[in-house]
Amino acid sequence: MTKTINQIQDEIIKEFELFDNWEDRYEHLINLGQELPPLPKKLKTEDTLVPGCQSKVWLHISSQNATLHLQGQSDALITSGLLALILRIFNNQPPKEIQNAELYFIDRIKLAEHLSQTRANGLYSIIQRIKDYTIKC
Amino acid sequence: MTFDPKTIRQKFPILERKMNGHPLVYFDNASTTQKPLSVINAVSDYYKNHNANVHRGVHTLSQNSTDLYEGARKTVANFINADPKEIVFTSGTTEAINLVAMTFGRRNILKEDEMIISVAEHHSNLVPWQMLSALTGMTIRVIPVTDKGEFDIEAYKNLLSEKTRLVAITHMSNTLGTINPIKEIIKLAHENNTLVLIDGAQATPHINLDMQDLNADFYCFSGHKMYGPTGIGVLYGKDEILSEMIPYKGGGDMIERVTLERSDYKNSPYKFEAGTPNIAGAIGLAEAIKFLQETSLQEIQKHENELLEHATKELQKIEGIRIIGEAKNKGPVLSFTAHNPKTSASIHPYDIGTLLDKYGIAVRTGQHCTEPLMDYFKIPGTVRISFACYNTLEEIDTFIEALKKNLALLS
Ligand SMILES: Cc1ncc(COP(=O)(O)O)c(C=O)c1O
Repeated sequence: MTKTINQIQDEIIKEFELFDNWEDRYEHLINLGQELPPLPKKLKTEDTLVPGCQSKVWLHISSQNATLHLQGQSDALITSGLLALILRIFNNQPPKEIQNAELYFIDRIKLAEHLSQTRANGLYSIIQRIKDYTIKC
Repeated sequence: MTFDPKTIRQKFPILERKMNGHPLVYFDNASTTQKPLSVINAVSDYYKNHNANVHRGVHTLSQNSTDLYEGARKTVANFINADPKEIVFTSGTTEAINLVAMTFGRRNILKEDEMIISVAEHHSNLVPWQMLSALTGMTIRVIPVTDKGEFDIEAYKNLLSEKTRLVAITHMSNTLGTINPIKEIIKLAHENNTLVLIDGAQATPHINLDMQDLNADFYCFSGHKMYGPTGIGVLYGKDEILSEMIPYKGGGDMIERVTLERSDYKNSPYKFEAGTPNIAGAIGLAEAIKFLQETSLQEIQKHENELLEHATKELQKIEGIRIIGEAKNKGPVLSFTAHNPKTSASIHPYDIGTLLDKYGIAVRTGQHCTEPLMDYFKIPGTVRISFACYNTLEEIDTFIEALKKNLALLS
């Protein structure tokens, strides 16, 4: 059984609670970004490039067996880290669950006060791109 | 009185704020400067005590408001040594440039004609010309910059021809900091019978201006980058040129006489100021100019040069930092990129900016609305720090310490 979206979010929140200062939380996020497997070159296209981010973000989405499959990469480490978290939460989930998901983990891992509202980090565009895809499923 | 940034800081209420638990270090002045209390008070005093529409009412309050607005125009004119009728209030540099493109440009830069810009222009001094080119079919020629980010005067001379109708160049680059030799640029253009527009958005808070000495045909700037309010800016144009130009927006307050068939326009600058203008903004801008004059632009420039030198020296000591823009004549703007000295992997400006913010340090990251310039240097963007009169050497040291910690975290 795959875990539900909220179960994974809760796990992530717990994971970040282990650190008691922002330097360590960011270090963890940056490590997650560094560990994100690189996207194969042929998937880095104009189509997979997500506009509206200061850094470059590529996101490849496909669906199989009624679940979504996501791969992505960014040229900025913090964005890569955020992307890694998003992929961990949404990969192998049914489109309907993704559509209805509320991503509360973002504001609870205490990286910044209003991380979810900062357009520059690309998080908004990444989530939008994934949700748009699920509508077509 | 001697120049003391600590005393000056006390005039800026926002500098008392803490950001993420640290005292705010505001190094994003090229985006917009903070406002002294005198400017904030002037705007609020206008709404409290003098608010009425201008140029319309017979009542005392309206005359009062008109006097303040026209007084602001005189202050701006004095500031740059021009005549008040040569000062058109706009919403900012962007609108000033668009105005010239859509009225002067549409009539005078036609299909077989050319104009010249540089590769270092802000999008505000590029996109309006691309739009004009789409309308009239004129051709835009682009001057490159040297490796150091300096204006390439030889390339410029080669591009000037009998077809060139206009040269539109920034006085100071918002990305590289380069101060362009505009007096020479203007002289060469005039010898070629070509008019010149200068984008002064970055220069006005740092450099003394004298339109009679410079001899620019158009000079554009924004209030908010020189300690004034947002939403107010200036188009300076030589009287004889503005007089020949047609208005580009129609409405109230620009008209001598209107019938349903036709309208007779007022003289400049009024024919360009259709509708109720930003009265409070103009008054705030005049107050900002008073602040600059009282503080002394010479002293400000001296102090900012010291900041620039110190920051440049300290940044150069850090392994993996590359400064973009090394012109001899520079304003207080410093762009840089970073890479991991061990793996030579580049470190993204966005990552650096995000982590600096955690220390309360505000910088700009990205392409700074100069995408062609980033392509030219083959970089995705830079981290940019830019200084104002209230910044201190200690703040630079705080920034350098934070930057070193962040680079370690990102390497
Ligand atoms: C060189 C330059 N030109 C034009 C502008 C546009 O100014 P505004 O947005 O105030 O119209 C800017 C602002 O960033 C600038 O730096």
